Amino acid sequence: MDSDVIISVRNVVKTFRSPGGDEVRVLDGVTFDILRGETIVIMGGSGCGKSTLLNCLIGEYTIDGGQIIYSTERMPEPRDIGELPEAELNEVRKRFGILFQSGALFNSMSVAENIALPIREHSDVPARLIDTIVTLKLEQVKMLEHRDKMPAQLSGGQKKRVGLARATALDPEILFYDEPSAGLDPVTSATIDELMIDLSKKLLVTSVVVTHEMDSAFRIADRMVMLERGRVLKLGARSEFEALRDAPAESLTGREEKLMNQFLNGFSVGPLTDVHGMSEYEKLIIAG
Amino acid sequence: MSDSPSSGPPASGPSAGAARWRRMVEGVGGAVIGWVDRCGETVRFVGDMTDLLGHTLRWLFRSVFVPGVRLRRSALAYQMVRVGVRSIGIVVLVQIFIGIILALQLAPTLRDYGQLERVADVVAIAVVRELGPLISAIVLSGFAGASIAAEIGAMKEAEEIKALKAHALNPYHFLVMPRLLATVMMLTGLTVIADVVGVFGGFLTSWLVLEVPPATYVDLTQSALGLKDLFTGLFKAGVFGMLIALIACCEGLRVSGGAEGVGRATTATVVKSIVALIGVDALFTAVFYVFEI
Repeated sequence: MDSDVIISVRNVVKTFRSPGGDEVRVLDGVTFDILRGETIVIMGGSGCGKSTLLNCLIGEYTIDGGQIIYSTERMPEPRDIGELPEAELNEVRKRFGILFQSGALFNSMSVAENIALPIREHSDVPARLIDTIVTLKLEQVKMLEHRDKMPAQLSGGQKKRVGLARATALDPEILFYDEPSAGLDPVTSATIDELMIDLSKKLLVTSVVVTHEMDSAFRIADRMVMLERGRVLKLGARSEFEALRDAPAESLTGREEKLMNQFLNGFSVGPLTDVHGMSEYEKLIIAG
Repeated sequence: MSDSPSSGPPASGPSAGAARWRRMVEGVGGAVIGWVDRCGETVRFVGDMTDLLGHTLRWLFRSVFVPGVRLRRSALAYQMVRVGVRSIGIVVLVQIFIGIILALQLAPTLRDYGQLERVADVVAIAVVRELGPLISAIVLSGFAGASIAAEIGAMKEAEEIKALKAHALNPYHFLVMPRLLATVMMLTGLTVIADVVGVFGGFLTSWLVLEVPPATYVDLTQSALGLKDLFTGLFKAGVFGMLIALIACCEGLRVSGGAEGVGRATTATVVKSIVALIGVDALFTAVFYVFEI
């Protein structure tokens, strides 16, 4: 495995059983590499498998085929997380942080306690030092004045900031973001994007962002992956996707290019919606 | 030609009989399939509970014997207050009523036999061996069990459990173990209180209403009760506590479907707990009877 690669996703397959008993293949041979230090955005329409892929990457779902190979700095050699026992998987988990869509703060704990929890549980750092680390992390996300509040007293954007502070508590090598802009107004969304870029630079982390907010994706991405029906439709630099987005639809010839052009611009007319009866897009949503 | 009622002419004669038979067979088949599904669901739930118990005991063992694995004393203390201390008032109230009811219900029959003072024996045995642990457990299943299921279910829906796992924190260690230990310990403690209060309810009723002399009541209670009675009751309370916590945690961890799912889990916790408590109590009573414990 290339030393620049921090996570290698190899031919990953994930299936679910629908309530009717049918097998639905949500990820169908997904393959791509995540490079050390980059910000990669995974995007696609509803039901394309991006959230499932994130859950597979963090070890929440067991994959049915393929490999997800991590190569963090503290690992002596690259390891497939599918083969790791729970204890070793937890060691890998300590090397990454996650910002969940809702923030997923522990509601029974204050803001400061939420951030202190991973440090307290996974290190022997004395309580006074933990307090200092918590202060630093809250300063990074500009939430210091809210340290004693409970999550219920925070707005959606503030919860995400605190979630981000908690995600960075153990100084991770990789940060995963699950729909970081979802449910936020454009200004708050842009602020969160700036914060992600800032943290990425300051902490030198690899960022993996799952989103379908195109403004946000183009603001933060170094590279982008577009998924469609559980497969990688395109992987490339942000500039390649910008070119596809800005190209006039009539100048594009291939179905895939047209499809991406439609998705990136948010057009209601195009190959994603151009079928008789129920659109493919609608079918995707229902299947998803 | 199709003999379907919807596509053919109105059924009459032999075809109407066949349709009736078919509907009956379909009805029986549907009922059997539904019953098998429910049995399957029960088996799956018991399996999930057993798995949960196994994981939790493993974490308990590691917390006690493996250096570096925390017992989570502060979480345990918090749960003990939440599950046990806050339930004391309602358990005391219910058990006092149980003592009063028992004494008043038994009085006419015992008076007929000229044995009114023996109300003390019966109240003591019934409360200490049976009603102390059982009624306290039923109260706790509604008071604490439903609250545990709702709390864990809401955590699951808010992705908090996923966040725990993502931070390499085990939900069995972090959430289930303190709740299980707290429920077992506090229900055992509550049962001691329930026993005292239940007997006291019977004592007050006998003294003030039935005019049994207090000294006679106390003497008869003392002679009727042995340590064996107290310990069988407390043992049952421990098992009941474990059942309530396991059912509540299991229901909470299985929640899906948002707020509606959380509501379903709390209701299911109370219903399943009560059925399980009475079923297990019947089993214990039968075993104690057979072995004369």
